[in-house]
Amino acid sequence: MIRPGFTDPVKESQSCFRAVLEAMSRPGRIQEAGTQEAGGGLTPPEGLHPATAAVLLTLADAETPLWQDAGAGVAEWLRFHAGCPLVAAPEEAAFLLATGAPPALETLELGSEEEPQAGATLILQVAALEAAPGLILEGPGIAQRHELRVSGLPAGFWAARARLRPLFPRGLDLILCAGTRLAALPRTTRVTEG
Amino acid sequence: MSHAPHDDRRRWMGILARASAEALRTRLAEAPPLPPHTRLRGPETGLVMLRGRAGGDGAPFNLSEMTVTRCAVTLPEGQVGHAYVAGRDAAQAELAALLDAALQDPARRPALLAMVVEPLAAAQEAARAETARKAAATRVQFFTMATMR
Amino acid sequence: MAYVAVKGGEQAIANAHAWLAETRRGEAALAELEVAQIEQQLGLAVDRVMAEGACHDRGLAALAIKQAQGDLIEAAFLLRAYRTTLPRFGHAAPLATAAMRLRRRVSATYKDLPGGQVLGPTYDYTHRLLDFALAARGEVPPPAPEAAAPQEPAPHVTELLAREGLMAREPASEAGPADLTRQPLAFPASRPARLQNLARGDEGFLLGLGYSTQRGYGNAHPFVGEIRQGHVAVCLTPPELGFEIELGDILVTECQMVNQFHGSKREPPQFTRGYGLVLGGGERKAMAMALVDRALMAGELGEDRVAPAQDEEFVLMHSDNVEATGFVEHLKLPHYVDFQSELEVVRRMRATATAHIAGDTGQGSTQDSIGAGRAEEMAE
Repeated sequence: MIRPGFTDPVKESQSCFRAVLEAMSRPGRIQEAGTQEAGGGLTPPEGLHPATAAVLLTLADAETPLWQDAGAGVAEWLRFHAGCPLVAAPEEAAFLLATGAPPALETLELGSEEEPQAGATLILQVAALEAAPGLILEGPGIAQRHELRVSGLPAGFWAARARLRPLFPRGLDLILCAGTRLAALPRTTRVTEG
Repeated sequence: MSHAPHDDRRRWMGILARASAEALRTRLAEAPPLPPHTRLRGPETGLVMLRGRAGGDGAPFNLSEMTVTRCAVTLPEGQVGHAYVAGRDAAQAELAALLDAALQDPARRPALLAMVVEPLAAAQEAARAETARKAAATRVQFFTMATMR
Repeated sequence: MAYVAVKGGEQAIANAHAWLAETRRGEAALAELEVAQIEQQLGLAVDRVMAEGACHDRGLAALAIKQAQGDLIEAAFLLRAYRTTLPRFGHAAPLATAAMRLRRRVSATYKDLPGGQVLGPTYDYTHRLLDFALAARGEVPPPAPEAAAPQEPAPHVTELLAREGLMAREPASEAGPADLTRQPLAFPASRPARLQNLARGDEGFLLGLGYSTQRGYGNAHPFVGEIRQGHVAVCLTPPELGFEIELGDILVTECQMVNQFHGSKREPPQFTRGYGLVLGGGERKAMAMALVDRALMAGELGEDRVAPAQDEEFVLMHSDNVEATGFVEHLKLPHYVDFQSELEVVRRMRATATAHIAGDTGQGSTQDSIGAGRAEEMAE
């Protein structure tokens, strides 16, 4: 049986969209999504955290090819509720959901000089997100510097992300999800491992 | 004749999509009662982009959007029924999804086919045939003229 | 610096809209027009609004026509605005127009052809004499005659020519087409992008351009290979089902214009086709679209691009009546500040010019009156 999606799709997806917007404009600051308060309360399929599920239902639709590594149950749930085409090749995806190690970043859709907005968005489901020392974030949307602790990412991920930096304005945007928490790192945010 | 596994279901879904909510209710009034259902999604109205082909048979192009209403329901026995119907009639979409779910139950199928689907199919075919006969009545019959030369 | 009031007028706007509603309703003693009546009895207006509003929904188009008092461009605008509130579920499979259940099908290139000449519910051959019987309380006309055997689907005329090698085949492609509702037009535009633009385009604009190609602006000598009107099934493959289903049937009109092509280094002389496809029974629009589509192929075919209808930037940028109406009608919005600056410039130029004249002739009376006008403006 397919688990239900949002109870009230309009309100819940708007509330989650607002959280993603806030997260993108204030990189690294933790927002809540997929909670009872944030709208309805979602029972995500096996393998997805509430925030991850809410972000996917909010952003993915019939026009956004999605790559994911969370298994057949999640695939079926997304196909039904988001109606998004699921692609096997990471480079064809507009959104990528990685619950394990993500595909090699430089192989993903990074947009073009003319249309940098076509760069993919990588949704990373991680073990924990905390407003605590770990990463030091700087860049647009951050007054001085911001600290974020991300647990459960493979070693070398931040170095791989940093290698895309010279390609700007092409690049990838990240949404990190853990439990009912999410934080975003647009391609403009500089990350130092502290 | 090949018979793909979804052919029966595709056929009844197409017939239900073309039946108004009123026509569905009328047919259902004479059929065995349907089980209670739970809405999985919708009914909700959205758009589908229609496409044509350049020259009628070439590369696809986007023609126009079209309103479509969809619904998905589930029955206590676990069948999931879907409907995608042209237009904005939520009641039609929900009834069509409910019927799609019930028709997947082999125990219910024969009666529902006989009392709902087939009468609707016959009415739709009759309307199509009437239009086709009116069209045929406007077909030009040329008469060959004997020339004087 | 003169400042311009930017607030106010709310009451005037509310009153204007109340008057609009009263005007729209007309004489209250007369029965109100029902949306279903518009949908049924003004069907070609509904078709045009759906085509130019780029949204198939007869009921919504009829409502838009009622709301717009029959102003079809305003109605298309209302429909376009409404469609932006709906999510998109996906895209349908290309309509199978060769399998169309024909209501009408005529060809100007062949008298006898498989499937025959089928006139359908046409205005052709009517005498264009006003029918005063319709002004009286009309009786319901008797049902149209029916033949014993139904009209069967018929192959495209262009297919018959293509089988003989006399008609250029359309390049086969299953590539996802550009979508103007998602990406802005870019030039040079692909054929699919052009066809989408023309399908949404204003009938009057395309009609005028199509006409221009016949009158010598562009080297066209077109024949109607075929016009067909009828119902086609709309098919969609929902990802959660994984197989194709039918959502219903829609009425469309298709036109294939056959045009001679003198050949190039790569292609032998043969016929080429311009293509028109519109929602509903908009035959004039389908024909105009086909003429303009063919004219816009000049570039690909290596023909000289000399006429307006062959200039894709000119055609495609100005075909959309919702965009055009927005830009033309925005001129009536307040431009007080813009105009102030223009006034300043013109006054300054006049002052300079007058000073020159005065210097030449020794008279300065014009200068005085300009100065007086300016003082009045500043006092406002």
